[in-house]
Amino acid sequence: MFGFYLIIAFSIGILTFLNRNKMVRIVLLVLFLIVQTSITIYAYCHLNEDNTRFFKFDALGVIFLCVLTILSFTTVYHSYIYLRHRNDSSRSQSIYFTSLIILIMVMTCAYLASHLGVLWVFIELTTLSVAVLIYHERTPLALEATWKYVFICSVGITITFIGIILLSIALGETEAVNFSFKAISGQLSLINASWLKTIFLFMIVGFCTKMGLFPMHTAAIDAHTVAPPPISAFISTTLMNVGFIAIFRTYTMFSHTTILHWMNMVLFLCGIISVIVSAAYLLKVNHLKRMSAYSSIEHMGLAAIGIASGGIGYFAAIFHMVLHAFVKASVFYQIEQFHRNFRTYLINETGNYFNRNLPGAMVFLLILISITAMPPSGIFVTEFWIFKALFTSSHFFILVIVLLFLSIAIYSLAKNFLHILFNQTQGLLPAIEKPKASETLSQFFLLALVFYLGINPPAAMINLLNEAVANLPK
Amino acid sequence: MTNILLIAFVISLIYIGIANRLSTYINILAVQGIILFGVSFIELIQINTVNFIFILFETIVFKTIAIPVFLNYVIKKNHIVREAQPFLPDFLSVVIITCIVLGSFILSNVITGVSVRKIFFLAAVSALLSGLFIIITRKKVVTHIMGYLIMENGVFILSLSAGNKMPMLVNTGITLDIFVSVLVLGVFVNRIGNTFEEMSVDNLTNLKD
Repeated sequence: MFGFYLIIAFSIGILTFLNRNKMVRIVLLVLFLIVQTSITIYAYCHLNEDNTRFFKFDALGVIFLCVLTILSFTTVYHSYIYLRHRNDSSRSQSIYFTSLIILIMVMTCAYLASHLGVLWVFIELTTLSVAVLIYHERTPLALEATWKYVFICSVGITITFIGIILLSIALGETEAVNFSFKAISGQLSLINASWLKTIFLFMIVGFCTKMGLFPMHTAAIDAHTVAPPPISAFISTTLMNVGFIAIFRTYTMFSHTTILHWMNMVLFLCGIISVIVSAAYLLKVNHLKRMSAYSSIEHMGLAAIGIASGGIGYFAAIFHMVLHAFVKASVFYQIEQFHRNFRTYLINETGNYFNRNLPGAMVFLLILISITAMPPSGIFVTEFWIFKALFTSSHFFILVIVLLFLSIAIYSLAKNFLHILFNQTQGLLPAIEKPKASETLSQFFLLALVFYLGINPPAAMINLLNEAVANLPK
Repeated sequence: MTNILLIAFVISLIYIGIANRLSTYINILAVQGIILFGVSFIELIQINTVNFIFILFETIVFKTIAIPVFLNYVIKKNHIVREAQPFLPDFLSVVIITCIVLGSFILSNVITGVSVRKIFFLAAVSALLSGLFIIITRKKVVTHIMGYLIMENGVFILSLSAGNKMPMLVNTGITLDIFVSVLVLGVFVNRIGNTFEEMSVDNLTNLKD
């Protein structure tokens, strides 16, 4: 079944590339979304059944696959709006949607990969397909951002490959030629600790490029600045989930060895420095998209801290990633509409959004509530669990530092969002077009999902989350 | 024989430290390709034929011929100044690369528990770190790619020491790396050359806070 999905999705991608007709393109996109939905439903119904050698529908993969499928609907819709307003040529629209389809397909494969080498290959492919999308506007600035993104990601993925080779050298003595996560974790107890630590470090540093954690967090920031906003929504949500899933699987694989405590320390370090760095940059940032990008890094840091603190933290970290994906995606969809109103992303040149576009302003207000983890939002629940995990594992000092820098981040986010909403500066440029309320519907839907999942998470989702963390030490 | 080749490889890394002209860098990359061809020929002769031919093809055709020719083409087409323009004086570069080699020598003697062959480990780690060093200290975008290619060579050597056991993994890694390094990096270098007058990283500083 999964093989069929790959073949169908790939051929839809090729047809989109060849096609120049507007109506046919829409039909192909709808067809692809139907295929994507059906593979998601199929994966959920066939949980934990081994289909192929390299892919497995396990709980962790299926959770993020559902998030990807929901967001691919909204992203395709907003990409369509974005391209319609830009009046791009039919050819560049074809290239855009082809890369988008390939990107969604490759991310699906990365989520479901049960083989370390296959996971690595698909992570590399996400870099290539997203590079085309970042470069969509063809400006010198877009070129600079794409170059930096491709280069840093290539170096990062090379570092991961070194980790994988070191692992294969170490496993060579134990005759484990099969490189699936399950087979590896059974063999790891035979390898000595210092060698394991080296392998873990190399692999984590490489995967951090995708997740946006501290040592390699710079990769995505510049890409966010110039990428089309619907693509920024993808880079900062589903693509970061790819990095998270890679780190989580690696962590699970190593979690039954003697280096568990040391791994936690490494993740604490990555997480805390990510939170500190993002808080520091949020204080001075003046570009709306960069601000959202730094806010993503802060949330990634929290997720890493969640994994490191163990216990309920594992559960909370996955849940946090899911909710963060919905919130951050709606931020970028709304930013696209915002940019058409003001023709700029710079915060200090904008203001008074409440009068200009009431539904959009409501979206920003709800986003502010969600992203700063105020009570009705689901992120409040997950952050509370992460802090609870920190508390029960008696990391009080880390808790204090994280809370301190988190409040700085909340202050900066609130300051900037409230400036956009209520600032009464005179002399703003007049709005070029009348904002459409219908374009905010998807954002309201995603935010409602965040509130709903926080207050009343469905039992099916809780079961999936529990199953995803079942292999980890209690 | 392998030892001699790998020592020659490490010496070529030190030579890069004092190389001044971009064409010297390209020649060194070609020489490294030949060395890797020799090493993989000796090391992998007992693995199955298809893989063996693929790896040899990769080293001799891509690393030794295609990439140097391609880089030469890029430099000619974009009228790049032939100097490498390092941020550091040559002497310091040589000293630092020597320190890197020394450090990897100590590291390869310190690790225990896993029977990785020391000379492979030494050559691989020094190539990785020297590649990163070249990326950091040179001014041009082309030299960044050369640094990346040197890192790739390091990864290749490391994978050779595990090559008997994991031929499939090595092949996928190598194929994808070639794909990235030639196609994407090449395409973007050409674009950068067309967009900016001079291919220097000084042009790539507009994105910041």
